[in-house]
Amino acid sequence: MASQAEQNPPETIHLKDPALAALLAWLVPGLGHLYQGRTAKGILFLVGILGIFAYGVYLGGDREVGWGRVVYMSFHPEDQRLHFLCQAGVGLSALPAVIQAFRVRSGRAPLWGSFMAPPRLPSDRSSNRPTLDDLHKRLHHYFELGTLYTMIAGLLNILAIYDAWAGPVREEPAEEPKPPSEPEASSGGSQPAASDRPDSKSRPSEQTNPAQTPSA
Amino acid sequence: MKLMVLVAQLGWMYLGYALPLIVVISLVYAATRHEDLKAIFRHAVGCATWIVGLMVVVGLIMALVSAWL
Repeated sequence: MASQAEQNPPETIHLKDPALAALLAWLVPGLGHLYQGRTAKGILFLVGILGIFAYGVYLGGDREVGWGRVVYMSFHPEDQRLHFLCQAGVGLSALPAVIQAFRVRSGRAPLWGSFMAPPRLPSDRSSNRPTLDDLHKRLHHYFELGTLYTMIAGLLNILAIYDAWAGPVREEPAEEPKPPSEPEASSGGSQPAASDRPDSKSRPSEQTNPAQTPSA
Repeated sequence: MKLMVLVAQLGWMYLGYALPLIVVISLVYAATRHEDLKAIFRHAVGCATWIVGLMVVVGLIMALVSAWL
């Protein structure tokens, strides 16, 4: 009787250069997968992750105070924006926040209508830009929602980066105990498995099991 | 009383903001587990159901606790 592995031979996923793919996946969500030729997943990551990031940027701003005010970089003792560590997971999309932070720190006015610009510190009386309190008063709960959306987008992209680096997490089927009379040589001789190659990952062609439910 | 109803309605409205997150989180999580799109979507549906179910259970527990207190 043919085993499950023989019925569903392993399918190899060529990860090309995993480090480059991971870098590309960080810079633009899904770009690493597009580089690897995994187009469908690349588009899924691109649309999904950048979609909720853009929605968070939209929620966390308006025409008066500027868009994307929830994404900003500030590590001043008066305003430790640790949320940015998660938001930076989306890569280039968060780059304007870095540029704005350096501009403001050097005493220059923020660019692009204060897009992703850090708020004015309470102790800073040199300009009339809104403080963090002003942004909260202006945007109400949308400031928190925008922060949440952009943080989750950054964290989800870390999963996508790992997927570009190492391929999909394999959900191994439960191994059936082999009968003692079955010879060991029937599994393919001395040929190395495809998963042994550093730039590829093999998986069962059919991974879906209706009985499998996602674990926490 | 009217104020409480208004607050409750606003609470339900806020839950709508969870929907895009549930969808995207489920899809991305499932995509890190499979390569085939059909398998991804099937896993994402299960994952979203699981998340919503957990939210309902936690919400019911919170409602019971708040009614009891």
